[in-house]
Amino acid sequence: MRDNPIPGSEPDAQDERFEDLTALSAGNQARIREEELEDTAAIHVAPNWKLTWWRFKKHRLALGSGLVVIFLALIVLFPGFFSTMDPQKSRAQQSFVPVQRVHFFDEGAFRPFVYGIVGKRNPETLRMEWRIDEEKKIPVRFFARGFEYDVLGLFATDIHLVGVKEGDIEEDPIYLLGTDRLGRDQWSRLMYGTRVSVTIGLISVFISVFLGVLLGGISGYFGGIPDLIIQRMIEILQSLPAIPIWMALTAAMPRDWSVEQTYFAITLILALIGWTTLGREVRGRFLVLREEDFVMAAKLSGASQKRIIFRHMVPTFYSHIIAAATLAVPVMIISETFLSFLGLGLRPPAISWGVLLQEAQNLQSVALAPWLLLPGVAVIITVLALNILGDGLRDAADPYSH
Amino acid sequence: MTQYIIKRLLLLPLLLFIFSVFAFFIIQAPPGDFVTSYIAELAASGSSMDQAQVEALREQYGLDQPMIVQYFRWVGGMLRGNFGVSLDWKRPIMELIKERLLLTVLLGAMTFIISWSLAIPIGIISATKKYSFIDYFFTVFNYMGVATPTFMTALILMWLAYSYFGVSVTGLFSPEYVDAPWSLARAMDLLKHLWLPALILALDGTARLARVMRANLLDELNKPYVEMARAKGMSEWRLVLKYPVHLAINPLVSTIGWYLPMLFSGSVIVATVLNLPTIGPLLLRSLTNQDMFLAGVIVLIYCFLAIIGTLISDVLLAWLDPRIRMEA
Repeated sequence: MRDNPIPGSEPDAQDERFEDLTALSAGNQARIREEELEDTAAIHVAPNWKLTWWRFKKHRLALGSGLVVIFLALIVLFPGFFSTMDPQKSRAQQSFVPVQRVHFFDEGAFRPFVYGIVGKRNPETLRMEWRIDEEKKIPVRFFARGFEYDVLGLFATDIHLVGVKEGDIEEDPIYLLGTDRLGRDQWSRLMYGTRVSVTIGLISVFISVFLGVLLGGISGYFGGIPDLIIQRMIEILQSLPAIPIWMALTAAMPRDWSVEQTYFAITLILALIGWTTLGREVRGRFLVLREEDFVMAAKLSGASQKRIIFRHMVPTFYSHIIAAATLAVPVMIISETFLSFLGLGLRPPAISWGVLLQEAQNLQSVALAPWLLLPGVAVIITVLALNILGDGLRDAADPYSH
Repeated sequence: MTQYIIKRLLLLPLLLFIFSVFAFFIIQAPPGDFVTSYIAELAASGSSMDQAQVEALREQYGLDQPMIVQYFRWVGGMLRGNFGVSLDWKRPIMELIKERLLLTVLLGAMTFIISWSLAIPIGIISATKKYSFIDYFFTVFNYMGVATPTFMTALILMWLAYSYFGVSVTGLFSPEYVDAPWSLARAMDLLKHLWLPALILALDGTARLARVMRANLLDELNKPYVEMARAKGMSEWRLVLKYPVHLAINPLVSTIGWYLPMLFSGSVIVATVLNLPTIGPLLLRSLTNQDMFLAGVIVLIYCFLAIIGTLISDVLLAWLDPRIRMEA
């Protein structure tokens, strides 16, 4: 019952704890009736995923969010292709260059370009001050050549989505999102940071799902003493204040660990506290399903326990798990971001959204270079898209809820 | 009712024991003990100590004893009110925390009041005016509120305040009041600074609360008793506020328990960005400087606040909803 919240109004993953509170609504029933009228013949033979897809399709906003998420996935897979410049290369002479806006039309024709910039050192503050040089137009090319990068560790190439004329990128750089304190191109850093931050979210949710399904399943299917122990464990973990615990655990990581080691340690730390909501959800499902006729039928026809669990019970709620997992990803992403932001998570030279935002940590740098806040916009868009997508999936996940 | 509360109170020591073990684990987690980091700190400032002094220090703090003995010494000290000394600040931990605890709780309380007094009306309006413009407006607002990390809100507001009004919104006191003793003027100054961080923190929780309130109320509004009251000619607003709202708020009250610890610990990041003299930045500093005893005590305090929060919400719920009492 509690898995049928009102479309578009249910709480998201961050308040999964509240989820028990939202109960059955009339909205879902009305929608399924509509579908039945439309396609009565097909609906009786359609497999589970097809029903889910039909219903999901109706949620326009979620569909749009799905596209955003696909685009994000492309960035995660090919950050080098979307970058314009080497994200690690610092150019001491070009610190705090503001955003260079791309103009798409040059004298009426579609010829994207950016204006050049000239810097002058302010004799009083000794700070470089940049202004736009309207005399100079740097044409922006698609599929231009730039720095060399790896594609999924398979081969190296130097073709980028956007760039300037060959060999020119260091002479006439284009800074789509400006540069930071060390003159590094923020756009390219954002692309590589996206890969790190999003994959941390995905991997830690993956571990959470594994733990949640395993322990929640044991708890719900077997009941008795294992259930009691696991439930108390979940209660204790949930009453822990997550943020200080995460901070303390990440701070306890040895400083000399490599980037990869801290990366995996963070995913583990996030997952170890994050699996409890999923665990509770899976347990609740098992408790309900255990009493269903089809499980009894399977049992009576002599199916093994493994077969009952994986062949009969799990398929009825794996769409819920996907939806719940989608809603858990943004929580993990935000958590990684703030840990790195506070200097406890990933540390430079690693690039993640939190590391990027660390540059904007104090008022001085924000006042001086407000574009350093732009990676935060990426965080907001991603979290928004994942939340809406997750809500849409959750609405669609229960095709049999009449 | 009393029996129920007593039952809950009896669980308290057990939970505290588990959490203290956990906090002790955090203290012990970094490699080396705090004497090692003290020596490293001394070396960094150019001085050093001889082996005998090191041993004396270790013995004084019982670091040569087995883990279990160390744990009981630590807990025993705390039970007698001795929380130890912060190596980083060279001051008793108790003293450091005492001056910040009040401000932390004050900030939490203010956040709580703001978010509830915003969220409940928003939830009621969105539910009663379902699919109207105002409902969509609040839906967007809620999604944005959930998606924006609190530190981003803080950074953006800080930047806006600076670039448009030229004011720096960091800290909780004006410079002349930072070290001043408590007075009416200082309290007024605090209130002047407190509302912005409280509002930033509140927005995060408001979004979630309002969504839950809307969902709960929508379920209630569909029930036959509402129709019945309407048929009897009860005025719409009185009807909504008297019955469905009352029922829809109940489940929310039970979440106060999760909400309170979030209030105190959630302010860690915002407090760091806005440079507030609360416990959060103290925790961050103690963690980055490996001042682990201070960190352990702070984590324990957060856990304690969490338990108290759960207790309060359990009691509130039992008081509001008689059905819970019967089950327990």
